[in-house]
Amino acid sequence: MSDLCNVTVTVNGNRYERDVEPRLLLSDFLRHELGLLGTHVGCEHGVCGACTVLFDGEPVRSCLMFAVQAQGHEITTVEGLGTMEALHPLQEAFWEAHALQCGFCTPGFLTTLVPFLEEHPDPDDDEIREAISGNLCRCTGYQHIVDAVKLAAEKMRA
Amino acid sequence: MKPPPFEYYAPTTLDEALALMAEHGYDAKALAGGQSLIPMMNFRLAQPEILVDLNNIADLSYIRPSDDGGVLIGAMTRHKTVGHSPLIAERAPLLHETMPNIATEQIRNRGTFGGSLAHADPSAELVAVSVALDARLRICSQEGERWVPAKEFFVSLFTTILEPEELVVEIAVPPMPERSGWSLKEVARRPHDFALTGVVAVLTLDDENHCQQVKLVYLSAGDGPVEGIQAAASLQGQPLTAENIQAAAEIAASEDVDPSSDIHATAEYRRHLAKVLTRQTLEEAYERAISNTQ
Ligand SMILES: Cc1cc2nc3c(=O)[nH]c(=O)nc-3n(C[C@H](O)[C@H](O)[C@H](O)COP(=O)(O)OP(=O)(O)OC[C@H]3O[C@@H](n4cnc5c(N)ncnc54)[C@H](O)[C@@H]3O)c2cc1C
Ligand code: FES
Ligand code: FES
Repeated sequence: MSDLCNVTVTVNGNRYERDVEPRLLLSDFLRHELGLLGTHVGCEHGVCGACTVLFDGEPVRSCLMFAVQAQGHEITTVEGLGTMEALHPLQEAFWEAHALQCGFCTPGFLTTLVPFLEEHPDPDDDEIREAISGNLCRCTGYQHIVDAVKLAAEKMRA
Repeated sequence: MKPPPFEYYAPTTLDEALALMAEHGYDAKALAGGQSLIPMMNFRLAQPEILVDLNNIADLSYIRPSDDGGVLIGAMTRHKTVGHSPLIAERAPLLHETMPNIATEQIRNRGTFGGSLAHADPSAELVAVSVALDARLRICSQEGERWVPAKEFFVSLFTTILEPEELVVEIAVPPMPERSGWSLKEVARRPHDFALTGVVAVLTLDDENHCQQVKLVYLSAGDGPVEGIQAAASLQGQPLTAENIQAAAEIAASEDVDPSSDIHATAEYRRHLAKVLTRQTLEEAYERAISNTQ
């Protein structure tokens, strides 16, 4: 085992400090060290998108970063988007438009789409499909996800 | 899978990084965007003992105009930044057009220009485009620096002329000559996947609108960026008629490219793609060159 490194990060607005092995992936740090199990791990090579989190506000693959690289940065996981009492409009829309079945892929879609909707308040189908091209869903066939994004955009414009 | 253990350094200056590379040489690897290196470590295809993380060296991330009318790009500039840069759009339109083809947004938010070249994947768009544009790389070690043309930088599959203690620090992209047009086309199973085959064409016309010079560079067509030398020679000094373009496309597919078969496509299919895409890129590059002469 290599020496432990100290890392301090802000996740969903809370500051955490831990001593970790440099090889610990950010995805495993979030899940195993912080107990934030919303970030899912599918492929660990950047293809599936399930592990997507916001790193200083931008969607990135948490399986393709080391936890030590998050030193001093801000991370938002799916847990930080809304609360059980007050879901994010996108989460509500996913629910209402049946945009998930097993839900494994959902955290990655949500974290990818929240910044997208901020930049594209009224996206068309092509823009939405482009935005979700880095996230795989094995259940829904994507159509309901596209519908949910449109519904969310409507809610957020209202 | 999980990466093997390593020692981690996060220098904040280039000098510190070069000192670490000089000290650890063969055992160390630079960590740029990590979008190729970390997957390889997760699969344990790469097992560096030491990682020198370049992400905290702010001075390596920039896009600046160069005196010759081109641009200078710091090695740690992320794909996203290059894709959104107005200076790149103005001075290196081919690069601007290339960026959305590289992976998906989440990967482009981390992946870097220097990392993509240093990784030397023959399927990487920037590898082919940097050869087509005659880009040059500034390479540093503690001993000093050298400038290397992209064409000489790539040796083979995932192999470059970089010495273990050297880092890529900057890429210079010259302006395109006047009366030039360009095109990049690729075929992938899904948008943003690595291309099964792709072609970059940069074409310059003479006063009679004949081909003064053309560069064709292929992705996923061999062990490195493959230049369409025979095809280009066949067009030299010729008018860009449909017949000449078709003939060049056939030469490219039969003589220039050397694709292999894998689970994604057969070599034969890739040759077919090379032919069709060569024709299409030459047509588009010609149209653009003509409109740039008006
Ligand atoms: C799912 C997925 C899809 C992708 N699709 C595409 C695609 O379609 N097209 C494409 O072109 N790429 C694609 N990529 C790769 C992506 O563009 C990478 O970002 C890029 O190839 C490597 O850049 P990096 O900054 O991430 O480098 P890293 O992964 O950090 O490093 C790659 C290699 O280069 C070395 N290195 C990095 N920087 C330097 C430097 N400055 N000096 C010396 N050595 C250095 C490292 O030591 C390592 O060996 C994809 C990646 C993923 C995960
Ligand atoms: S687990 Fe990170 S992209 Fe699949
Ligand atoms: S809902 Fe099951 S993978 Fe998307």
